Amino acid sequence: MELEEICKLVDAELCTSPKTAERTIEKAFSSDLMSDVLTLLTDNLLLITGLNNIQTVRTAEMADIYHILFVRGKHPSDKMVELAEEQQIALMSTSYSMFKTSGLLWAAGLSPVY
Amino acid sequence: MHFEFEIGAGDFSNAGYASSNIKKILKQLNLPNDIIKKAVIASFESEVNVIGHSYGGTLAIDIENDRLHILVTDTGPGIEDINLAMSEGYSTATKEIQEMGFGAGMGLPNIKKNTDFLDIRSEAGDHTEIEMLIRFNSDMNSDRTISEGES
Repeated sequence: MELEEICKLVDAELCTSPKTAERTIEKAFSSDLMSDVLTLLTDNLLLITGLNNIQTVRTAEMADIYHILFVRGKHPSDKMVELAEEQQIALMSTSYSMFKTSGLLWAAGLSPVY
Repeated sequence: MHFEFEIGAGDFSNAGYASSNIKKILKQLNLPNDIIKKAVIASFESEVNVIGHSYGGTLAIDIENDRLHILVTDTGPGIEDINLAMSEGYSTATKEIQEMGFGAGMGLPNIKKNTDFLDIRSEAGDHTEIEMLIRFNSDMNSDRTISEGES
């Protein structure tokens, strides 16, 4: 699934530059616990989270996750965007809840990690 | 090759600095991606532990032809029950750590899962040393140089 399609499905805005949004995504994981994210072996997935701090971007960098979708109206800070751009990680923001976001993306064909 | 990083107690804004540098170094050395991931996760979990639970410490990594040797040393306060600390879900994390998204009690189990050897040496009131090994088969190019300085 392309990032542009994901943004349309959940009415999300891209908070980083378009060059971070060029990869295709097949799987997603919804969590506010970064320690759980670090247990994942799947690369290049979409992380759906309401945890809006720089540690989320660092965790994504460590786990080779290149797409983060912040839910519940959370918007990344300038420092988070700066780090994400350095690491070529796309940050998006939607006002939808995690439940609604996950459901819509599941219905549209995004697969779970497990 | 030897690299060493200082980790400050409570320095959450810089959590991941050492691991991010380790990732760059290992990528430049062309190590297998799965080995890099294991090392980076073990290193990152260690960094967060030192920052969140200790009085500060260091993370040292030695890169050899067939293994990575990582030694994390802090200055206290020590782990009272190592077996308990290793169990999934057990955590002494403060509210501040939990607000960062950590403190789920997965740190040490994650490190164990991503290493071939793990030894934790600690007792309450003393410092902690966590030693880990990650083995790999690699034809490393010995002529390859790293752009960042070796410490």
